Amino acid sequence: MQHCHDINKAIAIPAGARKIVLVGNPNVGKSVFFNALTGLYVDVSNFPGTTVEISYGPLGRDVVIDTPGVYGISSFNDEEKVARDVILDADIVLNIVDACHLERDLFLTLQVIDTGKPVVVALNMMDEAKARKRMVDVDLLSDLLGVPVIPTVATRKSGIDQVKAALDSARPGIIDHELAQHLAALQNRVAKQGDALLILEDDPHVAEYHGVEPGGMREEIYRRRRRRVDDIVRHAVKEECAKVSFRERLGQWMMRPFPGIPILMAVLAAAYWLIGVFVAQTVVEITEEVIMSQYYYNFIMRLVTRFIAADSALGAILAGEFGLLTMTPIYLFGLLLPLVVGFYLFLSAMEDSGYLPRVATLTDRALTGIGLNGRAIIPIILGFGCVTMATITTRLLGSRRERVIATALLGITIPCSAQLGVIAGLISPLGPGYIVIYVVTIVAVFGLVGRGLHRVLPGESTHLLIDLPPLRLPRLENVLKKTFHRTWHFLSEAAPLFALGALLITVLQLTGLLDVFQNIMAPVTTGLLRLPRETATAFIMGIMRRDFGAAGLYDINLTPVQTLVALVTITLFVPCIASVMIIFKERTWKESAAIWAGSFVTAFLTGGILAWLMGWLA
Amino acid sequence: MTLADVKQGQKIVIRHIADPLVRVQAIRFGIAEGAEVTCSSVIASGPITVKKNMQEIAVGRGLAKKIRVSPVEDKI
Repeated sequence: MQHCHDINKAIAIPAGARKIVLVGNPNVGKSVFFNALTGLYVDVSNFPGTTVEISYGPLGRDVVIDTPGVYGISSFNDEEKVARDVILDADIVLNIVDACHLERDLFLTLQVIDTGKPVVVALNMMDEAKARKRMVDVDLLSDLLGVPVIPTVATRKSGIDQVKAALDSARPGIIDHELAQHLAALQNRVAKQGDALLILEDDPHVAEYHGVEPGGMREEIYRRRRRRVDDIVRHAVKEECAKVSFRERLGQWMMRPFPGIPILMAVLAAAYWLIGVFVAQTVVEITEEVIMSQYYYNFIMRLVTRFIAADSALGAILAGEFGLLTMTPIYLFGLLLPLVVGFYLFLSAMEDSGYLPRVATLTDRALTGIGLNGRAIIPIILGFGCVTMATITTRLLGSRRERVIATALLGITIPCSAQLGVIAGLISPLGPGYIVIYVVTIVAVFGLVGRGLHRVLPGESTHLLIDLPPLRLPRLENVLKKTFHRTWHFLSEAAPLFALGALLITVLQLTGLLDVFQNIMAPVTTGLLRLPRETATAFIMGIMRRDFGAAGLYDINLTPVQTLVALVTITLFVPCIASVMIIFKERTWKESAAIWAGSFVTAFLTGGILAWLMGWLA
Repeated sequence: MTLADVKQGQKIVIRHIADPLVRVQAIRFGIAEGAEVTCSSVIASGPITVKKNMQEIAVGRGLAKKIRVSPVEDKI
């Protein structure tokens, strides 16, 4: 199969191995199955043409491939496209369904069965279903679907061996009679049943590949499938009226302004304590100040000066103030790494708990005021981790104008975790008054930029429609794994840019160009912002990475007011080179250039106004 | 009436969803036209959440205004 993405190009499949593909809705415990089936030797690969990562690993002589959690395979987003391509290429599909959510999950099950692939269904979370007095007739479910159904509690490894054994008896399930006739009619033109199904369901990519017109039957097929799911659930599930649990009540509370906003504040305070206080101060004190700045620095200086004079040009490049072997690794591993790990730990736990969609619901009202809907809170929160990654996730927003607004807000106003760490370190000693002014200024700019774009951009934004999964305690193993992958991704992307930035600054310094730049910038830095001339260096570094810029402020002697102005300006300054490259990739050339230039203007204008206001107040 | 007029705890039947893309997503979530659902919460000037068995969906107010529903009388 060669659709737009070919799984066989992304991962190496040994000859004769069967491709066993794991499929399921989000948060059904798919990764727990994946780990239990494959063990330690797991690889992660980026799917060609997307940012979606898929894991794969061996099971005996076969290969198990994980897919992103989706509600269906209809090209509504990148995850669905990847899941579609991997499924259409599968030899066996292991579909994991949540016993508590069969109404939702069986829709995907039937869609997969309709592709004609041999399927095994793992009926997961049987313990939870039991606790909710939900009885599922497993044999009847198996008869109605026409495929083996194995009850499991994956987190307790119960049923995993039975699932492994059942893979050999995987078989194509029962297909709706009428749909089967339509599929048969297409058979002489499209050889594969899965491809034929997606053509009937109006999948533009598959239809284009085969050079046929989409079937125009999506809604009809969907409706019949939905009726069949409801019918199956009616027969196979017996439910006693369970009392509303505390968990459900908590889930409701999280979405209302009260106590939803206090809960959100508490969560954010916890995040601040973890990242801004514990990691940024306690951990960094050890990693940066002791391990990197003393042990590592002394070691590398001894090593470098043995071969090269410290005051030579090469010496400056390697071991100078912005040296490739001194500042770059000290800053990257001593300061940024712990901060980024802290942030991703927190984010991954939030993701797995089912809290994020509730925050989206809570913030929907406020976000509609700036032309977004609640869903946009996900890229915004992600932006506090890494603006580059967040910019990519703006794809999940429903319309072009929403993507432009969110990208602009991320690029201009949201400081990433690396930058936040540095900012927190600089602003904390100034006291709560300055912190409040800083936060209010940034929030005000966020609101103004959002409202402005909402008013100016043509078209209409989409509305919130989001699944609220049950609240669950995140699994440590899963959270750690996600954190590891994300941190690795971050490091491999940030490290070269850091090195490049440091190199550039050293070269500018050696050639005397840094002075020239500082003089050119002087009207802005000293005139408008009332900052010392050297602050220009921080801005030049900020073009590489904003946190790089913020860190550059450490070495300059600033009054509290100057620190505040410099921090506000550097926060609103252009996003890092990596983000800019992603913005240009995701958006049109014109939109990206406007965002980039807009952030310069916003930063200096806001900084200037603040400097003037503070001077006037004093 | 529309989904935006529903009160918390009220049982309703979804009658009509105008947007075709929203319609197919609603079918996937099991709250398609004809489905009987319960309004699990109404956030003031914000989204409405509806529930069918264990499945819960949040619908933005703007969208809720475009979804026609009719109330279900409670059988005793």
